[in-house]
Amino acid sequence: MTTDTLPRVTAQQSSGERPKSRPWGQVSAQLFLVSASVLWLLPILFALYIALRPYAETQKYGYVSLPHHLTLKNFSQAWTQSDMLHYFLNSVLITVPAVVVALALSTGVAFILTRVNVKLNVALLILFTAGNLLPQQVIITPLYRLFLKVPLPEFLSESGLLYNSAFGLILINVAFQQGFCVFVLSNYMKSIPEEMYEAALVDGAGLWTRFWKLTVPLCRPALAALATLLTTWIYNDFFWAITLMSSGDKRPVTSALANLQGQFVSDQNLIAAAALIAAVPTLVVYVLLQKQFIAGLSLGSSKG
Amino acid sequence: MTTTQARPPAAKQRRRGGVRKLSGRDKLVVALLLGIPLLIELVFIWFPALGTVLLSFTKWNGVGSLGTKSCLPNVPSIMNNGCLYGVQNYHQAATIYPEFWPAVQHNLIWLAVFILFATPLGMLFAVVIDYGIKGSRMYQSILFLPVMLSLALIGIIWEFMYSQNFGLINTVIGRNGDSNAIDWLGDPHLNLWAVLVEATWRQSGYVMVLYLAGLKAVDPTLREAAKVDGANAWQTFWRVVFPVMKPINIVIMVVTVIESLRAFDLVYITNKGINGLELLSVLVTSNIVGETQRVGFGSALGVVLLVISLVPISIFLFQTFRREDTP
Repeated sequence: MTTDTLPRVTAQQSSGERPKSRPWGQVSAQLFLVSASVLWLLPILFALYIALRPYAETQKYGYVSLPHHLTLKNFSQAWTQSDMLHYFLNSVLITVPAVVVALALSTGVAFILTRVNVKLNVALLILFTAGNLLPQQVIITPLYRLFLKVPLPEFLSESGLLYNSAFGLILINVAFQQGFCVFVLSNYMKSIPEEMYEAALVDGAGLWTRFWKLTVPLCRPALAALATLLTTWIYNDFFWAITLMSSGDKRPVTSALANLQGQFVSDQNLIAAAALIAAVPTLVVYVLLQKQFIAGLSLGSSKG
Repeated sequence: MTTTQARPPAAKQRRRGGVRKLSGRDKLVVALLLGIPLLIELVFIWFPALGTVLLSFTKWNGVGSLGTKSCLPNVPSIMNNGCLYGVQNYHQAATIYPEFWPAVQHNLIWLAVFILFATPLGMLFAVVIDYGIKGSRMYQSILFLPVMLSLALIGIIWEFMYSQNFGLINTVIGRNGDSNAIDWLGDPHLNLWAVLVEATWRQSGYVMVLYLAGLKAVDPTLREAAKVDGANAWQTFWRVVFPVMKPINIVIMVVTVIESLRAFDLVYITNKGINGLELLSVLVTSNIVGETQRVGFGSALGVVLLVISLVPISIFLFQTFRREDTP
């Protein structure tokens, strides 16, 4: 019982404002986080600063100089000259269906694998989960050949192939992300009490009713978190669009940045502005849905 | 030291609802809900994964048909197409492909930096933030911001930091003159490290978020008990908190290894992955999307990635699904 003499404050946990008794720890932690935060914001703010200044001015004085002139002209110019609206629409056209379909499919799989005793439940769950963990480059070579072989009707793809079509990109994003969603959702569904399903069975609810009327509504929080996560990930995808789309004008905005870089190579300030415009959707998610995003990551990293 | 679970294993106690007989309509529901996604998963993920392995033993330029006859020795390459090539692709990669060993080395450096620097830094952020100091929510938000941005965008943003004549770094250290400027992203001895700073900038925020979730789930009474026993913060973390976070540690290990194998976007946006920035992922891609398609050879490089990535994947799956079979 010697420790009874210790100040009780030190034993308070995670609820915050603990170590008042250790001012040095408090000060050094603050210093550490303040300097880290400055370093973390610096590259973004520096790009923003360059985007806000005219090209002629930064050419004359360099990027690290006091502003003579701040302007939004770079943004408007980047927007019109590079046809960014078009790339944004490409992104929407790919991201929205991919997120919806990936969530719909994986909710169904997770439900069957957790609530119906099909043989090989665990093996199938492993199959889906492991699929999401493979590096994309492991499958790209045959996938690329496959995309060149599979024909699509004209209204789905101008090229008549999966290759170079929005449909193909939606498909691969769904295939690649559904494994993660199945893993997260099946963990989530396991926490739904069995009694609810027994009650539903007594009421004569079929499998579909138990899925659609009971399970899906209960999974809403997990679905919202996953939707936020998937939207960001698919919007940010670079690799699939670079490899499975040949023509620049069909690419979504993230991978189109590579082309923009070439297009504006003589005007770095425009590149900064274009890059920051492309970041706007993710920044909106960051500001409005950060909690959902983090919840999604946490769901994926913890089991049970 | 105690090894109590971070969360009660109550969630494990479940019974499967479908032990009862399924009606015909129910069977149709199972077939649809499971069948369609399974088909997509098999056709677009696992069939290509298997295809990579099989193609790696062939020589094929993507044109013409792929047969099962063996390649002929000592004839021009054009005569040998779509034929079985044995382990020649692997042999060539290891012996006469100049980019192979640099790429392996760069991937290993990438992994080492993630393991030794990015991941511990992220864990440190998480632990300090979890310590409960003033403004911790704001710090968390700031450090997490790069995780939201695409790697392509990060590559572009950092180009301004590294720019030779105008960049923030060269200006601050006084190396922005025409003669003495440091070419951070162009010099093949420097650019990998410069890009790794960008990668660390993002990765440590990612690890921080994952780790914070784990820390929040640690039973507070455990720490309290450690305090009562007279453990200081350092001992409490390493002897009490860290051991019970084994599941999250494994997740972070997997994320660290997989992300360093997947690394592609940053080097591609910087210089398309040449001149000091070669990575296995880039070599795979350039052998199939480039002008000369070497499908078999690119696949062999893909198999190298596959074999390495199977190690963390297996550890993760074993840890996660071990208890699954015996409810």
